[in-house]
Amino acid sequence: MNAPAIDWPDKLYKTLKRAGVRQVGYVPDAGHARLIDRCRADPDIEDVVLTTEEEGVALAAGAWLGGQRAVLLMQSSGVGNCINMLSLARTCRFPLLMMITMRGEWEEFNPWQQPMGSIVDPVLKLCDAEIYRAVKPDEVEGLAERAVQHVFGDERIAALLLSQELIGKKVWVK
Amino acid sequence: MSGHANGLERRAAMATLLADRKDDLLVVPGLGSTTWDLAAAGDNDRNFYLWGAMGGAAMIGLGLALAQPDKRVAVITGDGEMLMGMGSLATIGIKQPANLAVIVFDNGVYGETGMQPSHTHQGGVDLLGVARGCGFTDCLDVADEAGLAALAARLSSLNGPLFARVLIEASDPPRVLPERDGTVLKNRFRAAIGLKA
Repeated sequence: MNAPAIDWPDKLYKTLKRAGVRQVGYVPDAGHARLIDRCRADPDIEDVVLTTEEEGVALAAGAWLGGQRAVLLMQSSGVGNCINMLSLARTCRFPLLMMITMRGEWEEFNPWQQPMGSIVDPVLKLCDAEIYRAVKPDEVEGLAERAVQHVFGDERIAALLLSQELIGKKVWVK
Repeated sequence: MSGHANGLERRAAMATLLADRKDDLLVVPGLGSTTWDLAAAGDNDRNFYLWGAMGGAAMIGLGLALAQPDKRVAVITGDGEMLMGMGSLATIGIKQPANLAVIVFDNGVYGETGMQPSHTHQGGVDLLGVARGCGFTDCLDVADEAGLAALAARLSSLNGPLFARVLIEASDPPRVLPERDGTVLKNRFRAAIGLKA
């Protein structure tokens, strides 16, 4: 029996297009692979591969200064790399939309992912981010739309957390 | 005092770089001394002063340069701030924005915190070599007035990402403090380039 086709990355891409996002900063993650591919193939989107996630917080601030909307894609481990740079978004009220693929929770094989994964929620809340957590495929698009409204409607910070259960477990032995 | 010998005086260097500034030049300094230097050169709504976000100046410049391809963006920061965001040179290098210049006022010390030696001190890390290795097409080593004048001229005709290291003497001139409310700085900058504040 074939697994049902995964379509939520395409819905996220369509949400970003509807929102008019023009810059996509990312540190690659397997859970974001399809969305990254879609963005890279889009001539109207500047895709910016980052060496560390905090670069994306600064990129998004610069984009907004110049009149463009940006999004930052990363894995949960990258949240820790962003903490001080989030002060930029908070102090200046820069809109910041983060889409974060979760590790260290459901069916995690690698224990090194657990410490950061377990504190993503409280850390982001301390940084004034509104949290939207998607567990089921059919709720991803609606939550993404709400995050977009929160961020660009009022120059705020939001994180869409894509749970490990949604993404599926990483295959370690092939 | 430690730091580079025979370097340029920072306030005069900033003034020379921006002497013929046009409205289509947008400037992002780094936190600390280069923000004070930029304020001392004359306030301008097209400056986005940083009082924090250490390591982020070059990436703010990249986002801005990509969003405003018809304008030119100059990030003018210090060696310590650039060292913290050194990965951003790699990110900019592969992105190749035609309208972005990253200029480092390199005095070899952390001036805001008591003149402790930085990694570039006395022949340490060569930021120009780093930028070259990251793919910056134009790399200028500026150590005198003629070099400054040449760099200033290049700011009005960028063609590919430019990196310049400006050798600066280790000095600590009186601070000139600009506006520090981030939302005010953001809104006035956006209004100045025709966006909704």
